[in-house]
Amino acid sequence: MKVVLERDTTVSGAALAPDFSLVLDNQTRSASSMSGGKRDLGDVAFTWLVRGVAVFVLLVLLGIIVALVLASLPTIKTLGVSFLTTAEWNPPMNRYGALIPIYGTLVTSLIALVIAVPVSFGIALFLTELSPVWLRRPLGTAIELLAAIPSIVYGMWGLLIFAPIFAEYGQPFIAATLGKIPYIGLLFSGPALGIGLLTAGIILAIMIIPFIASVMRDVFAITPPMLKESAYGLGCTTWEVVWNVVLPHSKVGVVGGVMLGLGRALGETMAVTFVIGNTNFLSSPSLFMPGNSITSAVANEFAEASTGLHTSALMELSLLLFVITLIVLVISKKLLARLSRNEGERS
Amino acid sequence: MNLLSRRKLINQIALTLSMLAMAFGLFWLAWILYTVLHLGLAGLSLDIFTKMTPPPGAADGGLLNALAGSGLLVVVSTLVGTPLGILVGVYLAEYGRTSWLGNTTRYVNDLLLSAPSIVIGLFVWIVVVSRMGTYSGWAGILALSLIMIPVVVRTTENMLQLVPNTLREAAYALGAPKRKVIMSVTLRAAKSGVVTGLLLAIARIAGETAPLLFTALSNPFWSVDLGKPIANLPVTINSFAMSPFVEWQQIAWAGVLVMTACVLTLNVIARIFFRQEQSH
Repeated sequence: MKVVLERDTTVSGAALAPDFSLVLDNQTRSASSMSGGKRDLGDVAFTWLVRGVAVFVLLVLLGIIVALVLASLPTIKTLGVSFLTTAEWNPPMNRYGALIPIYGTLVTSLIALVIAVPVSFGIALFLTELSPVWLRRPLGTAIELLAAIPSIVYGMWGLLIFAPIFAEYGQPFIAATLGKIPYIGLLFSGPALGIGLLTAGIILAIMIIPFIASVMRDVFAITPPMLKESAYGLGCTTWEVVWNVVLPHSKVGVVGGVMLGLGRALGETMAVTFVIGNTNFLSSPSLFMPGNSITSAVANEFAEASTGLHTSALMELSLLLFVITLIVLVISKKLLARLSRNEGERS
Repeated sequence: MNLLSRRKLINQIALTLSMLAMAFGLFWLAWILYTVLHLGLAGLSLDIFTKMTPPPGAADGGLLNALAGSGLLVVVSTLVGTPLGILVGVYLAEYGRTSWLGNTTRYVNDLLLSAPSIVIGLFVWIVVVSRMGTYSGWAGILALSLIMIPVVVRTTENMLQLVPNTLREAAYALGAPKRKVIMSVTLRAAKSGVVTGLLLAIARIAGETAPLLFTALSNPFWSVDLGKPIANLPVTINSFAMSPFVEWQQIAWAGVLVMTACVLTLNVIARIFFRQEQSH
């Protein structure tokens, strides 16, 4: 009977639904335990089945970490910290220093963020404030389709189509403009090869734009209309409303979305492998130079890694990548969760 | 210039930039799709679907074994991943909404959802390939299932949470045990959303390359034996794209066209299907 009473008080309370179902849960449980003390056997089995499968998901994550640690033990033991502090990667001599792949991964992801964040912001702004309503859905879908294109397609397109055009027009232009600025210019000097760190970063940017843009669009959309309307009522322009009201209100979520994109960029494999150039020698700070990333090193070298130490070094690289990605994702989740919690308190 | 016209000017500039950003995003999509269509159609012929991948030295050939292998891998992975993913989703939405295990599983699942697929491939290499001493279709299936499960879990849980509690109450009031309520009421009510999630998950694994490099590898011959290395579209495209032969590159582009068409079609169908069901 209690169920019915509770129901009446929460007619429109969708937010209260979870608590409510718990009440229901206890009711049925006590009811069935009263009627003879045994629950439906099939029900018990089903409960344990779903619980078991849920535990399986936990074990997978644990398993990945344990397996990677075990597989990289040989390098951890023989090389220790020098793995992280030296830059010589020489499989024939059994010398492994991970600085260049780590540098490549971080630099390409950073380039991707520098390009993708402002563009995604623009796209989210367009989709929430500017676009006519009937265009919002098709345009939003089009941007999301960028995320659906398989990464190997980005790789092939990047290597065979984009890189030659970029070498002929893009890089000379960048060298003639950004390359002329003192100090920063060093980053944009050297021969225009088409492939390299900068190209990888640009392609990563295209790949993570849909992730960042859709999170931004969603967090912009939950800004209370009241806040925006008050600002418009005071005579603010669209830009001022977005910059001074919407963005501060949703900044935690925006950063969460950016971290989500960063997580994607760090772990991207095929597209980067095609265009980064795959060399373990880095002689100049220029972003035009070919390099290597953690993922491309593993994808390229794993098949021919013969000695135990080489495989183990690649495993340690992946472990490193996995840990970095997990940290980034945890931060992202924390920020996004904080935003939705604030949202819950306010409404 | 007075303050008002300055503010209006800034607004104009910002909104123009925003429009340019949108155009920038669409530009890449259009360019990539144009390339895939243009070069893919040039390489596309009946041979792609009827002939084996060419042996070294030969120019003409198709992708029959790769298409069959990919199809097999995706279908079996879907058969493995779907029930597991749905069960976890059911647990999160119906049993563990607030429990410790539920919250932890939800968190870990979200981490796995964005985990680099290459790491999952290496994990399967360690636990299966290095133990068995051979690359195999089963290893590929395990890797693809592990990538698929988190996607299915997330959408299943979200969709089950949208099912109104009145439905559950009505079923309970009729005396149905919980598993019956879930199987015949809540899951059925959330069907369209769950199917959408499934389609998106299939689209995701159909294009995965990196994990297959370490698990299923490839096979130049016709083989549907899952205990052995098996040919598949992404890895074949990967090796053909890097090859110096123009003919092989053409075959790779045709493969890219087939793969992209499948993946994008699945995506679009999923969206349309979901929208129609929602508007009912």
